Amino acid sequence: MSTIEFDNATKVYDDGTVAIENLSFEVEEGTTTVLVGPSGCGKTTTMKLVNRLEDPTEGTVYFEGEDIETLDSIELRRSIGYVIQEIGLFDHMSVAENVATVPELKGWDAEDIDDRVDELLELMDLPPAEYRDQYPTELSGGQRQRVGVARALAADPDVLLMDEPFGALDPITRENLQDEFLDIQERIDTTILFVTHSIDEALKMGDKIAIFDVGELVRYDTPANILEDPGSEFVADFIGADRTLKQLQVTQVRDVMHRDVPATYDHLVEAVTNGSATGTDGALVPVEPSDSTQTALSRIIQAGAEAIPVVQDGRVVGIATEEAIREDTSDRRQSHEVA
Amino acid sequence: MLPTVASNAAVTPAFIGSYLQYVRDNSGELISLTLQHFDIVALAIAIAVPVGVTLGVLITFNDRAATVVIWLAGIMMTVPSIALFGLLIPILGIGNPPVIVALVLYSQLPIIRNTYVGLQQVDPAAVEAGEGLGMSRIERLRRVQLPIALPVIMAGVRNAVVILIGIAAIGAFIGAGGLGNPIFSGISQAQTARIVVATILLSGLALSVDYMLGIVEQLLRLRNGEDIDQSVGTRACRRVIS
Repeated sequence: MSTIEFDNATKVYDDGTVAIENLSFEVEEGTTTVLVGPSGCGKTTTMKLVNRLEDPTEGTVYFEGEDIETLDSIELRRSIGYVIQEIGLFDHMSVAENVATVPELKGWDAEDIDDRVDELLELMDLPPAEYRDQYPTELSGGQRQRVGVARALAADPDVLLMDEPFGALDPITRENLQDEFLDIQERIDTTILFVTHSIDEALKMGDKIAIFDVGELVRYDTPANILEDPGSEFVADFIGADRTLKQLQVTQVRDVMHRDVPATYDHLVEAVTNGSATGTDGALVPVEPSDSTQTALSRIIQAGAEAIPVVQDGRVVGIATEEAIREDTSDRRQSHEVA
Repeated sequence: MLPTVASNAAVTPAFIGSYLQYVRDNSGELISLTLQHFDIVALAIAIAVPVGVTLGVLITFNDRAATVVIWLAGIMMTVPSIALFGLLIPILGIGNPPVIVALVLYSQLPIIRNTYVGLQQVDPAAVEAGEGLGMSRIERLRRVQLPIALPVIMAGVRNAVVILIGIAAIGAFIGAGGLGNPIFSGISQAQTARIVVATILLSGLALSVDYMLGIVEQLLRLRNGEDIDQSVGTRACRRVIS
């Protein structure tokens, strides 16, 4: 079932600017859909149609099957989390008060609110004992956006809207937060609509990617499919020249690994199990099934090995060979060329 | 007269001695006049703040209304107080009522303007976040915009209080009482001591109320997470609070 559906939505601003034109697509429940495109392409406007910060000039947006304009905008927004690049924390309120905003608007019991705030701060890796009573201005940029995400998730929304949530952070913090958020995303099972101008972030965060050119949706597919076959020059340009590298980034080790380890690699498995893992050139650090093939390849090269053991919960569950990774990438390219 | 006082008079100029003499002879009355003065201003401010803040909030919804209201409040400031009192007497009689009404009118410019400016300066991201999270317009005002604008509004109130303490003295002319009394009687009876002492008390009152409200303003700024140079009083207050 689709949670959000855009049906021929058009938005023209009062000054005559056409932000989006005849936009139609569905966001599937429980997925992360990333809207990506150059600035001014209408991706943020598209997102704002969902919580009615903007209303379409023509066409309809459906939320769980209902025409969004028949719903009360205040109630609707309280069931949709909202995270923005500028974060917009309330500086006069403590971290706990910020996170408690929506539950309080909804009139939860004080006790339930307290429990929920603690739970979310734990989830966001901000120990409540330390952070509850701090004020936003005492926090770093990364911590502030964690509070922003916690605040958006507080009333357990069906949908989470994120407008360039990590855009204002330094690259290292951004990457950490992306990784953590990928982890959180698996645990919360919320439909997420994520806006970014960075194709790398889109490929990393999205189950599905909607690529926008000015005012229109030019491609809506999974990251792997888009990388395999960009389909148009605009999309290919947008992805950039390092498509193969990006493919490595979005392919998980679990998709290429051999589950039955061939006997030739027994020494590697043994080395990892003994904790004395070394290849010919140096330490061989095992990968996890959810790691990217890029990580696997880089560790293989670093250690001067020909393969790398895949470890989950301390157990070796398979092996990823350099050959398998190479084959996987060239298979994908060929399948596109044939098509 | 005690010898110590006599020796004081010998080293200080004669007129200072006469001022001290006036203070000693009338200390009870001076205290009650100061309190009376404070009461008049406090009552006027108690009415002026809700009125001014409400107007300041309302005009954020309409730019043209904002221009007109702030312009009118500015015009108000240019009307000589003595003329305004005179205009109000036929309607409200003499004594406190016309003075209170006049003071409320004079205080509107700083209060309305600072409320308006304070609300405009609130980080748009905080307002957008509030809206996106499902706050109604009233909830946004109450939970986000007004609390964040409060230090700026407080600065306007401070400004108004200082203005009112001065203007209230002229209210004595139409029978409102307060520290204007010794000034007017000092003028008509050529008693410089009365004028000087009352003026010093007025300034002292204005400065001390200003300082105390300044502490409140700084505490509000600190609560909003602003990084400011704290006054001695603010630091002392924070120590007492924590």
